[in-house]
Amino acid sequence: MSAVELRNVSRWYGNVVAVNDITMTIGPGVTGLLGPNGAGKSTLLHMIAGFLAPSRGELTVAGAASWHNPDIYRTLGLVPERDSVYAFLTGAEFVLASARLHKLPDPGTAARRAIEIVEMTGAQDRKISTYSKGMRQRIRVAGALVHDPEVLLLDEPFNGMDPRQRLHMMDLLHGLGERGRTILFSSHILEEVERLSGTIQVMVAGRLAASGDFRAIRRLMTSRPHVFLVRTSDDRRLGVTLIGRPAVTGVEVTEHGLSVRASDFGTFSREIAALTRDEGIRLRELLPEDESLESVFSYLIETDGPKAR
Amino acid sequence: MFGVQGRVIMWITLRATMGRKRALLFAITPLILLLVTVAIKLAHPAHTAWRGHVLGIFGFTVVLPLTALIIGTSVLGAEVDEGSIVHLLATPVPRSVVIASKYAVAAALTALFVAVPELLAGVIATGGLTKLAVALFAGALAGSVMYNAIFVMLSVVTTRAIAYGLAYVLVWESLLANFVSGARLLSVGQYSLGVANGIAHDAALNAGLSLGTSAIMGAIVTAAGLIVAARALASFSLKGDAV
Repeated sequence: MSAVELRNVSRWYGNVVAVNDITMTIGPGVTGLLGPNGAGKSTLLHMIAGFLAPSRGELTVAGAASWHNPDIYRTLGLVPERDSVYAFLTGAEFVLASARLHKLPDPGTAARRAIEIVEMTGAQDRKISTYSKGMRQRIRVAGALVHDPEVLLLDEPFNGMDPRQRLHMMDLLHGLGERGRTILFSSHILEEVERLSGTIQVMVAGRLAASGDFRAIRRLMTSRPHVFLVRTSDDRRLGVTLIGRPAVTGVEVTEHGLSVRASDFGTFSREIAALTRDEGIRLRELLPEDESLESVFSYLIETDGPKAR
Repeated sequence: MFGVQGRVIMWITLRATMGRKRALLFAITPLILLLVTVAIKLAHPAHTAWRGHVLGIFGFTVVLPLTALIIGTSVLGAEVDEGSIVHLLATPVPRSVVIASKYAVAAALTALFVAVPELLAGVIATGGLTKLAVALFAGALAGSVMYNAIFVMLSVVTTRAIAYGLAYVLVWESLLANFVSGARLLSVGQYSLGVANGIAHDAALNAGLSLGTSAIMGAIVTAAGLIVAARALASFSLKGDAV
């Protein structure tokens, strides 16, 4: 049985659909939930975590519905995006309180173990109000891990962290995934997901745009149509040459240079340098015009969600 | 009754509530009550008619509800506003235990900041631990228990708990309940006065309800408030993405 299962799950607010008919299963290991801001990632995580009722569909964690079911937190840990924590407590007090709320048989040992996992033993006796953003995030993870949950959900866990803190958090989550825990984290940054998870779920505008192995989805992303702005010593002559290439689907002469639509990012990138050299044209500038993450995601959803299982 | 989970929640709640600057507000109105009592007692040592008005009317319609409002909406509402409540709710603690624990702290703190000053003021006003002083203490204690059930409930069901609480206290209790006798049946201030008057009858307390009616209605309102609060907390939702 997969740790997290969603079947045709939707959530809407009035006339606005935040999550639209999502079906997915998430098993052990680290899975990244990728998508631009406002794609519905947090809404989806909140539903999985039992903090939001699905408007439609079925959703289970370890075989049980999470909404209106506090017992689910025996197998589920949550690190919400909002960085609010009991700042007046010390790190050790916070994690120990969490262990006691879970009614663990030996809360002291469980709290110490969780604090060790996040490497906060040295700072555990300081008040949380004195912690850096990264330290607060780690102590919140310790609080969510104290009962050794089967499933750990993290909403944008790397927001506001410096590069060193990010690496540390990535190592931590990677280690948990390797130990058989189901880790699902959301991010709007492609590189974070690429470094941490082999499996991703891509959300765009409330829909599941792609799911499966990261490398396969990455290939889909790089082979999508791209638009480049090319400025050379002879734009028109290069335009004539380019339109004859299979990887190019359109060329437009503009006042800023050539706007070239390539069907295959990789092939076009390799060919452009050789073509200009062979034609004796000086290549002055080559700029991708649509490199935003949103355009990448839009492509995925326009092609009706390439599944890369 | 509360178990280890309830004790942890009460400990966190107490530290959170008393650690905020807002806690200073708790002491302001009780302090005014004590200062006014001392001042009048010193100015008119032989008079007695003011006792019911100051300790009963002022104490039960201003000091008690306002202090309970500040405390009752703090114990849970502040965590809901800040979002830290998620750390508490992402544990297998029954939501009824969360409400009961938060409510117990709110009622105890209100009793400390209102019922105890009422007792002290009663002792000062009457010159000893008289029946009136004990009655004022009992009435304020009952009010602490009843008001907080309403205010804790409001802090779960609405983000404007203080506004609605103030409207209830100022419009319903202070205005309507004084002029419309039927409104007294749904006034916690009147239940509190009814309890005090039932112990030490004093016409100046201006109690509109009997002890029996006050006790029964108070129990119903308290139970209903806590049940609604627990049910609302069970459906606590996090906002999702900006949509």
